[in-house]
Amino acid sequence: MNIHEYQAKRLFEQYGVKTLRGVVASNSTEAAEACKELGGNIWVVKAQVHAGGRGKGGGIILCRSPDEVYEAAGKLIGSKLITPQTTSEGVEINKIYVEEGCNISRELYLGIVLDREKDLPVIMASIEGGVEIEEVASKNPEKIIKVHIDPITGLGEWQARKIAFGLGLKGNQIKHSMEFMKSLYNMFIDLDCSIVEINPLVVNSDDEIIALDAKINFDTSGLFRHSKIEELRDVSEEEPLETRANEVGLNYIKLNGEIGCMVNGAGLAMATMDIIKLHGGEPANFLDVGGGADSKQVAEGFKIILSDPQVKAIFVNIFGGIMRCDFIAEGIITAAKEINMSVPLIVRLAGTNVELGKQMLSESGLDLIAADDMNDGAIKSINSIRGKA
Amino acid sequence: MSIWLDSSSKIVVQGITGKNGQFHTEQMLDYGTKVIGGVTPGKGGQETQGLPIWDTVSEATDAGANVSCIFVPPPFAADAIMEAADSGIELIVAITEGIPALDMVKVKKYIETKDTRLIGPNCPGIITPGKSKVGIMPGHIHRRGDVGIISRSGTLTYEAVNQVTEKGLGQSTCVGIGGDPVNGTDFIDCLEAFEKDNSTKSIIMIGEIGGSAEETASEYVKEYLSKPVVGFIAGKTAPPGKRMGHAGAIISGGKGTAKAKMKAMERAGIHVSENPSELGKILEEIL
Repeated sequence: MNIHEYQAKRLFEQYGVKTLRGVVASNSTEAAEACKELGGNIWVVKAQVHAGGRGKGGGIILCRSPDEVYEAAGKLIGSKLITPQTTSEGVEINKIYVEEGCNISRELYLGIVLDREKDLPVIMASIEGGVEIEEVASKNPEKIIKVHIDPITGLGEWQARKIAFGLGLKGNQIKHSMEFMKSLYNMFIDLDCSIVEINPLVVNSDDEIIALDAKINFDTSGLFRHSKIEELRDVSEEEPLETRANEVGLNYIKLNGEIGCMVNGAGLAMATMDIIKLHGGEPANFLDVGGGADSKQVAEGFKIILSDPQVKAIFVNIFGGIMRCDFIAEGIITAAKEINMSVPLIVRLAGTNVELGKQMLSESGLDLIAADDMNDGAIKSINSIRGKA
Repeated sequence: MSIWLDSSSKIVVQGITGKNGQFHTEQMLDYGTKVIGGVTPGKGGQETQGLPIWDTVSEATDAGANVSCIFVPPPFAADAIMEAADSGIELIVAITEGIPALDMVKVKKYIETKDTRLIGPNCPGIITPGKSKVGIMPGHIHRRGDVGIISRSGTLTYEAVNQVTEKGLGQSTCVGIGGDPVNGTDFIDCLEAFEKDNSTKSIIMIGEIGGSAEETASEYVKEYLSKPVVGFIAGKTAPPGKRMGHAGAIISGGKGTAKAKMKAMERAGIHVSENPSELGKILEEIL
């Protein structure tokens, strides 16, 4: 789960990670007010969206008067920001963050991420801050300092020192950066983060280390112990159908095709999309009903798939393990009673309680197309659309 | 022969009184798995399905358990895994889905110091057909044979198993290693064990997008495996997720896409299937 920069910076402050003062605003008047509150004579207006590369997309504007701030906020709010990390349509800006200026003497990069290869958190730092860090990583990997951290001992002084010296920091900068890293690491662990990234991390003229940007991504599996973090979720940044699915515990991702998919297990769900595409069709969504879903959730899943007007057929591909085929059958029957199944329904059931599931479906009198296996199901789904066209 | 699990394995189910624990204990017993009891703290001394319930895993190991199957809910699952490891369980199969990744980072470090193997979490488990099944896979689709199956995805494993069985072949052992970012047994552990196992003659390996486990495993196959391997990677059509920042991309170094993984497999001489329903067919052709 992602949050906005201004939210991430509030969390940084709580953990003692130094940031600049700033105020969030949702219109030009609020933005100009923010200047007075912050004081000074230079401000930065920053679009608050869940995407990186905002500077490149014109989402970060340097201003030298409250009038300029007023104007910049007006330009950004309500417009769509296109960055290298968004789709070509861009994302709508609903809020901006007005931040005080800062005397930058150096721009660095600092990130903490879970390294799946070593199964450990790793701190990454580079002297090449504020630029295309991925390019640095692929062209000059030696310019990225990586330090893996043992979760039991935590971040050692020597490790933080190694990074500080590696970044060429001097005098008080070293002490400040070590405190900064320790606080950041504590937050990463405490809040079940999967990514924390600061680009750029700056050294100011007073030798302070400051997070000029802040990106946090949380491990959704850890959210059960952080209800306050869950509240930071901004549903306006999400696809509405995905939010609805999320609320009932289903994993749904909207795509642009015509064949709706309901599958158990992420791997099989992806393979189902792959096989539809392989036969020349286009999947309308990814939907993993998981192992623990009951018939109500399954019914809700159908409603979500059918809310997408592009859907012309639904392919149910279930290989029951922990998920029982009778739950799926019951869900299909419940959904059919509540909503009009306006499109062909292709069903492939296999695995746990398959006989019971098939029996329930055949006794229900529902009009559906049975498939022998996933290949057959994919072909029948595509044919059902072509037959109608 | 088989890997890690056979008819002599004695199983304790941690979380035996939960909904899933109960249902799948019954299924395991039906399959002939030697489940000797379960653990639910606070319910020690009671019985379920004719089996004793203990408060702690060490009581189960005292009673002879050497394998644990874990259905404990996510907030308590990491603790349950460490308890099993500390109690001398040799093989821990963690079914639980949704354990926080940082909990697993700690578990992983902890079990390094113990003489135990962890499979999962978020996995279907392990089965040696006709002998023992520990996990949630539907038993009836399996058949004894000489194909070893390894997969990161639960239901996609069943798909492969079913295809192998329908071709009249069977499986030596099937291992679902789980799809979580941090897990216990990996592809290489399984490949190494299958290579050594006399009863395994060929291998099916199923991966998915994300991480770089398939790339590393492919290099291992090229270097050390003499047995034929059929491979599939799920997620070729998956859209790149909405990204935030670069840290993930830097650490994975361009690895992780289905295309990169399939290429790595092909370079290693693995027979890669484009169609997930043709794994059995391709295997039959090369044998």
